[in-house]
Formats: sequence, structure tokens, C-alpha cells
Amino acid sequence: MTAALSVENLEVVYHHTIQVLRGLSLEVPERGIVALLGANGAGKTTTLKAVSGLLPLENGAIGGGGIRFRGERIDHVAPHRLARRGIVHVREGRRVFEDLTVQENLVAAANALAGRAAQPDFALVYGYFPRLAERRRQLAGYLSGGEQQMLAIGRALVAEPALMLLDEPSLGLAPLVVEEIFGIIARINAERGVAMLLVEQNAMAAFGIAAYGYIMESGRVVIDGPTARLVNDPDVQRFYLGYGEQTTEVASFRDVKHYKRRKRWLS
Amino acid sequence: MSGAIDWLLLAEFSLVGLLSGGVLALIALGFVLVYKGTRVINFALGEFMMVGAYLFWTANVFLALPWWAALALTLAGVAALGALVERFVLRPLAGQPVISIVMATIGLGAVLHGLAEAVWGGANLSLPELLPRKPLLLGEILLPGQVLWSFALAVALIAAFTAYFRWSKDGVSMRAAASDPVTAYAMGIDVRRTQRLTWMFAGVTGAVAGIIVASMTSLSPSLGTVALGVLAVVILGGLDSIAGAIVAGLIVGLLESLTVAFVGGQARDLVPYLVVLVILMVRPYGLFGTRDIERL
Repeated sequence: MTAALSVENLEVVYHHTIQVLRGLSLEVPERGIVALLGANGAGKTTTLKAVSGLLPLENGAIGGGGIRFRGERIDHVAPHRLARRGIVHVREGRRVFEDLTVQENLVAAANALAGRAAQPDFALVYGYFPRLAERRRQLAGYLSGGEQQMLAIGRALVAEPALMLLDEPSLGLAPLVVEEIFGIIARINAERGVAMLLVEQNAMAAFGIAAYGYIMESGRVVIDGPTARLVNDPDVQRFYLGYGEQTTEVASFRDVKHYKRRKRWLS
Repeated sequence: MSGAIDWLLLAEFSLVGLLSGGVLALIALGFVLVYKGTRVINFALGEFMMVGAYLFWTANVFLALPWWAALALTLAGVAALGALVERFVLRPLAGQPVISIVMATIGLGAVLHGLAEAVWGGANLSLPELLPRKPLLLGEILLPGQVLWSFALAVALIAAFTAYFRWSKDGVSMRAAASDPVTAYAMGIDVRRTQRLTWMFAGVTGAVAGIIVASMTSLSPSLGTVALGVLAVVILGGLDSIAGAIVAGLIVGLLESLTVAFVGGQARDLVPYLVVLVILMVRPYGLFGTRDIERL
């Protein structure tokens, strides 16, 4: 079976000079959740922007490799056409349309259904996020951070996506809210059969719902595997989950050297 | 007994002023549409008005078409002009600093001005009177028919645009694309299309305003200079607020009229804008301009 998304040896350059991705490869199976983890600047967001076609809007360009959506090359398709084909990108920092109401945000998102027979199903969104239903006439700019994240995911849901690209849905949210939102993401995946590529800093939350994980560093994948295996990997534990051998000890110069040695080995 | 006469005069000039503010509001709407849609102040709007009025003159007077056919042709013409400007002036400049784009619209204005002079000559032409002259008597107050009808027309057009932006799906998409184009793309909105529509609408409002102004005064290549005065109205209302454009248009119309009545015709262009200046010192975002929503 072909994967929902496959990225092969992707190279991305910004402003013709700064290389951000150096031969990145990954795959998202149909109906699966795949986590993409890594430190700041590793290239996670860039990967999502390359897939959703937003890269050229920000002076980025694909320099090599390819991206396939259900087997078809999509690397030079305009972003609004990708959205209409079922790839929606929930951008980092929620990015709700602040001076539109909640309902209007969803109406705007229904543009992704252009060219498809489907009618926008707002009731579905309000079913997953009852709190948005209470606030449907409020300006999105005045929602709380958690509600804005719900709206961002709700907008994606209106587009009836085949593949959802989620960029740090936990960013800046309280732990309880993160738990709630990740629960709903998992439900959407299970009930709607939406494949998901989930970028996260919060590795524990991501491993909670993803079946497979990739860990990026400096524009390429350094470790990948089923999450069950990654969680038990001592390096992953130490560098991405923040526990494991020695972390309870007071940090010393020796630890720093150890970290550097490991880090070099990783990349 | 001069007190009683003054009251009547005040009422008459106030009403005439408010009504003539309708056209100012319509011109202001042209600025607001483009600013909301593309974050560009379109300094060529006055020239859009002028070109619209000339197209109408050509169709209605030169080709002797009936007014409704002439109007339809004119609106199609300026809509096409708006689309061309978006495609060949704005799009190549996408991503450039706002100041470059604003300079380009100023240049575009000069080009249109020059073209109009080359095609239609610099002399004053006159449009037939489109709006009925029959005045309306409200008790002792006399309202000139042209002022009344131009107001009605402006209100109808502004109401139509407001309804369109509030309730139509394209209107909502245009507002979404205006507030965050990159995210709008990711939601499946064809942002180039919404921007093209924005410029076409601006052309249409400009042309209607231009025809109204030209039919009440006269038509020459410098018709467009009216729009620069209206820019003050727009800034007073808040660059991105349609409601602000309306209220500010009415305020400036009122002030102009009262200035003519009580200070004298020479001060007409001075006093209203002094008041605008003072208001802006108190409210720098304009009366209705959005401050960015601050999250605390």
C-alpha cells in the first residue's frame, strides 16, 4: 500500500543560501500518526511547510529530493491546491484569523472543499470542540490559547483532510489543556481516519498518541522507529525525554562532555 | 431675531453637509477595501475615479449609449483595470517593503493621469446630469436633489459591500486572506484571487464615486485630486474600518458645510482637516481603526 505521505531525500534552502534540510526522508502511512521530534532549528517546521507548499511564500525552495502524496509528486503544487486535495497544515502558534468570529474562521476554512462535492460540516467541528460552539459568534482573537488551538484544529477538520500536518499543538498551553487537545487529536485520527504528521517539542505528549517517530537534527533524521522502541532508547530518553541515566545527579562538566560525545554520535 | 434664522441655517447646512459626506464615505471605502485586503494605501484611487468618469463619458456621451449600458461598460472597464493593476503592478512587488508598493501606486496614478490627458485631452468635459435635480423640502429646509440622490447611491453601495464582506463566503475569505495570507493559503483560499477581487471592487467604488463627482461638477484629468483630501477622511475613520470610513465621511462633510456657512468658502478646505488633525492626536488609530488585539 502506498503511504499517505512520503518524503525522499528532501533538501530545502532559504534565500538561496541557508540550507535547512539535508536529505530528509520520512513516511506517514494512511490513517497513521507519525511524530517528528527534534530541537529548535532542526528543520521540523520547514519540513511541514515543504509538504504543504507554504515554503515559496517564505523565500524557501526545494533544492532536491521529492514529496509524494498518495504516490503523486506534489512538490511544486500551489498551497491552496494542496489544501483542496486534502493536505491541511495547522500552523505553529495557532494562527487563527483574529478579527473573524469562530464561525467565520470555519467558513473561511471551507475553501479547502472547493472542487469537492462535500458540504462543510460545522456540526462535526462543534461536536469535537463543544467549547467553540459556545463561542461561535466571538472574535477568535479573544479566545484563550487552548480555544484558539481547538479552532485551528477545527478549521483543519472542516477541510475533511486525508493528511493533517500539526505544528506544535501543545505550544504555550497548560498541561491539562495539552492532554485534552491530544485526546481529541487521537480521536480525530481514529474516528475520521486522518493520517497525521505531528511536530512536537513535547516528546512525551507526542509519543502518547503516535505509533512511529522520527527524530531530527540539523536537517536530517538521526533516529527513527516505533514509538514503543524510541521511548525505551537510552539516548532518546536522555536527550528528548529528559530522564534516564544520571539525570538525577548534579550536572557536572563530565556530563557535558558525555552529552557532546553522544550528540556527535547521534548526528 | 437673528437667533432663529441661524438655527435654520445651521440645520440646513448640517443636513446638506451630512448628505454630501456620503460621497466622501464612498471614496473612503475605496481606500479601506484595498488597505484591508492588501495592506496597501492606493494613491491611484483618485485616478481610478477619473478613469471611471472618462469611460462613462465615452460610452454615454461620445458613443451615445443609454446610461445603464454606459454604467455597465464603465464598471466592467474599471474592474478590468483593477485586475490588471493587481496582476502587473502589485503581484511582481509582493514581498517588497510597503513603501515601494505605495510609491508604485503613486507612479501608477501619474501614468493614468498622463494617459487620460493623452486620450481625452486636458479640457473640461461635462457629463449629463444623471441625478434628478428636484429638491426636497423639509419644512423650511431645502435639500438639493443631487446631494440627496448621491447620498442615497453611496449608502446603497456601501451597504451592499458591507453585507458582502459580512455574509458571503467570498467576503469572509477575503477578510481571512487579508488578516493572514499564508494561513489563508493553507486553508485552501486562493489568495491571489481574493486580492484581484479586492482591486476590482476598489475600481468599481472609485468609478461610481468618480461619475457622481464629475456629474455634479465637471470632468477633467485632475478630478482625481479629490481623493487625496479623502485620504484624511480615511485616516480619521481608521484605515481598516468600513464603519469608520462612513462616520468620518459624514463628519468631514458636515464640517465642510458648516465651515462654508459660518466661516466662509475660503476656509472650506482648511477647517475640517484641522479638526481631523486634532482628533488624530487624541486617537492615533482613527475613530474605528483596530488596535492589534493585545493578549495579556
